[in-house]
Amino acid sequence: MGDLRPDFVGIEALPGDLAEAVLGQSATPETVAAFRKELKLDLPPHVRYVAWLGAFVRGDFGNSLANRRPVADLISWRFANSLLLAGVTALIAVPVAVILGILAALYRNTVFDRLISMATLSTISFPEFFVAYILIALLSVRVALFPSIANINADMTLGQKLYAICLPCLTLAMVVTAHMMRQTRAAIINILASPFIEMANLKGLRRLRVVVLHAFPNALSPVINVIALNLAYLVVGVVIVEVVFVYPGLGQLLVDSVSKRDIPVVQASGLIFAATYVMLNLLADVLSIVSNPRLRNPR
Amino acid sequence: MSRLKSLEQVLSAGNLSRRAFIAYASAMGLAAAVSPMAFPSKANAEGPKRGGRLRLGLNGGATSDTLDPGIQLAMMPQVLVYGALANSLVEIDADGRPAPELAERWESTPDAKKWIFYLRKGVEFHNGKTMDADDVIDSINWHLKPGTKSAAKALVESIVSMKKEDKYTLAFELKSGNADFPFTLSDYHLVVGPQGTDLSTGVFTGGYKIKTFEPGVRAFAVRNPNYFKSDRAWFDEVEILGINDVNARTNALKTGQIDVMNRCDLKTVHLFKRMPGIQVMRQDGFKHFTFAMRTDMAPYDNNDVRLALKYAVDREQMVKTILRGYGRVGNDHPISVANRYHAGDLPQRQYDPDKARFHLKKAGLDGATFKLHAAEAAFKGAVDAGVLYREQAAKAGITIDVVREPNDGYWSNVWMKKPWCAVFWGGRPTEDMMFSTAYAKGAAWNDTFWDHPRFNELLVSARAELDEDKRRAMYGEMQRIVRDDGGVVVPMFSADLAAASDTIGHGKLAANWELDGFRAPERWWFKS
Repeated sequence: MGDLRPDFVGIEALPGDLAEAVLGQSATPETVAAFRKELKLDLPPHVRYVAWLGAFVRGDFGNSLANRRPVADLISWRFANSLLLAGVTALIAVPVAVILGILAALYRNTVFDRLISMATLSTISFPEFFVAYILIALLSVRVALFPSIANINADMTLGQKLYAICLPCLTLAMVVTAHMMRQTRAAIINILASPFIEMANLKGLRRLRVVVLHAFPNALSPVINVIALNLAYLVVGVVIVEVVFVYPGLGQLLVDSVSKRDIPVVQASGLIFAATYVMLNLLADVLSIVSNPRLRNPR
Repeated sequence: MSRLKSLEQVLSAGNLSRRAFIAYASAMGLAAAVSPMAFPSKANAEGPKRGGRLRLGLNGGATSDTLDPGIQLAMMPQVLVYGALANSLVEIDADGRPAPELAERWESTPDAKKWIFYLRKGVEFHNGKTMDADDVIDSINWHLKPGTKSAAKALVESIVSMKKEDKYTLAFELKSGNADFPFTLSDYHLVVGPQGTDLSTGVFTGGYKIKTFEPGVRAFAVRNPNYFKSDRAWFDEVEILGINDVNARTNALKTGQIDVMNRCDLKTVHLFKRMPGIQVMRQDGFKHFTFAMRTDMAPYDNNDVRLALKYAVDREQMVKTILRGYGRVGNDHPISVANRYHAGDLPQRQYDPDKARFHLKKAGLDGATFKLHAAEAAFKGAVDAGVLYREQAAKAGITIDVVREPNDGYWSNVWMKKPWCAVFWGGRPTEDMMFSTAYAKGAAWNDTFWDHPRFNELLVSARAELDEDKRRAMYGEMQRIVRDDGGVVVPMFSADLAAASDTIGHGKLAANWELDGFRAPERWWFKS
């Protein structure tokens, strides 16, 4: 709940209100007043906040101020879309990042390691929209492999949806892989300096076995944490990719709603974003504990 | 080759007959090189065909859009409601004249105060009801109900009474004579829906029925089999996608995911024109950009200051730089070449630093600094236009200080508040609407706070004048008054650029709104 007050106060502090933002140049004092009265914007902010809070506790997100539709209807399918995009991206990016990280640790300081590091770090260094446009130019305009816009809708089958979101997934995967891969590599290298790894090496085990079976399980905890952070980013922070690919996700709705001062939608989106972060962090903590016998079996 | 290009332009502007063009071109030995695009009539000869799904990718959609005809603020709902789902009593044809739509014909008393509209019989709404005079009355009253947010309220308030003479005859009585009343009824807000229903549900008389509408994202409509026009609404289905990013629209058209896009990127449209399979459509409409001075505030209450600033802008360069050539120079009044009574004989105001200096000196304001407030929200390139203006004015010894304002809240905090600011105007299809909206004394959007007795007097008498020649003379004089005394610098009129796959066929484009008067879904077709 602590997240919501800053949202509310922040939007209130912006100049203008919904009536003026929606009507724009065509606002006359008369229509603005009619708008405000209908939407109860003429009431003081704290009254509106308490009313919203009361309804929310009863499970009612209220209606969008801008188009009078229930907020739940506006958000639910967009959130599902955001989860789809994040989920598919994670399915590609997480295994790739972890495997590349392990390989980089295995062959550290070789040409291979440097090449992977260079490649992933360059993709993360470019802004997302740049990567997106390059991919569109190459894979959509030059060679017509994938569609350049990913405007999925409810009438499409899962297969059509997956095909439509290929390019945005690829873009996001390139952006998030580097972070996870670097973390995996660093964590494993860190573990590789431990005495029990030296022991394993002295036993004459193969390097691959040492890294995958001995080092990696002990490096899981930091890797899980960084994966959780990246997943949260994939759900809540991809508005630029959504714009470039015309993807109907939650980020675009939030940006629209802030610019229109549509407080109920902003509040509900904020709540969902906060919940996503909290849940993913919780999950990461639980998984870290599960992966660590010392934490699992406290003395 | 450049000679041929310019010839093509002359041809498309309609100043040269096809026969003369071919004679001229073959004299140049270039007949084989003539682009088929130069003869749009050829496409018409093939004739419209039925079928297909039209996919439009449009800028101008927001999650806050509704289907309520009173609140049509963005292009996506405008094209959807006015171009696909609904009809007005009158429509504007490709030549900018009022043409019958839901009304078959109309007549007025000589003072243009009383109008009788005869409605078309047998028009069916999407819900099966047959349209009659009660539906029309109810739909117009939609914009007058208490607490309305309708932008058309000001338009319909000029109606004193509406009387149903019989089922298909409707008499309007107006507050004062208005020769342009049929234009008023062609407004995209004033569409007709069934009596007693909520007009924001999308049930109207148009060529397509709404299936899904997700504001700002997607709208989908299918053809109405009972449409009263047999020669319109050629597509089986219409899909409108909200694509606000211009690069995304461009790529989607290039890769064939949409058939039509609006608002091309001026920076890349020349590349677009060279692409095979793409047609770029230009409409020179009413859209113009202004720098509005508040004539009720010093120093802009002095006409010499206003003239100095009007002489200090190089319009040709503005059009070349800010619009990249896709526009026309303005003449310090808001009437476009697409308007009926545009005063073509009025001398074009030229960039003249000496005259600017002279007027400034006459006002006794040598060395004064003028603050010009601008933001991208005013119009695309407004800040750049301001900076360009500053450089041009500097040559006349005038110092302009361009103040960059935030986009957020520009229309509520800067426009009509600051003494001098950049403004966007979509323009109006009639001289009367334009002048009444933004130049009449006390008008809600009179952003120059201008009050000129002779102008205001002419405005009222021209409105009720049914004689074409007298009206032309009056509007000509009004354009001259605004040009020489008004508080507004109008450096340029911006053309509308849309692009489509060349499988799309269309007739001559109406210039009253973008995309053939918002009516692409109704008027266009797939060639094969």
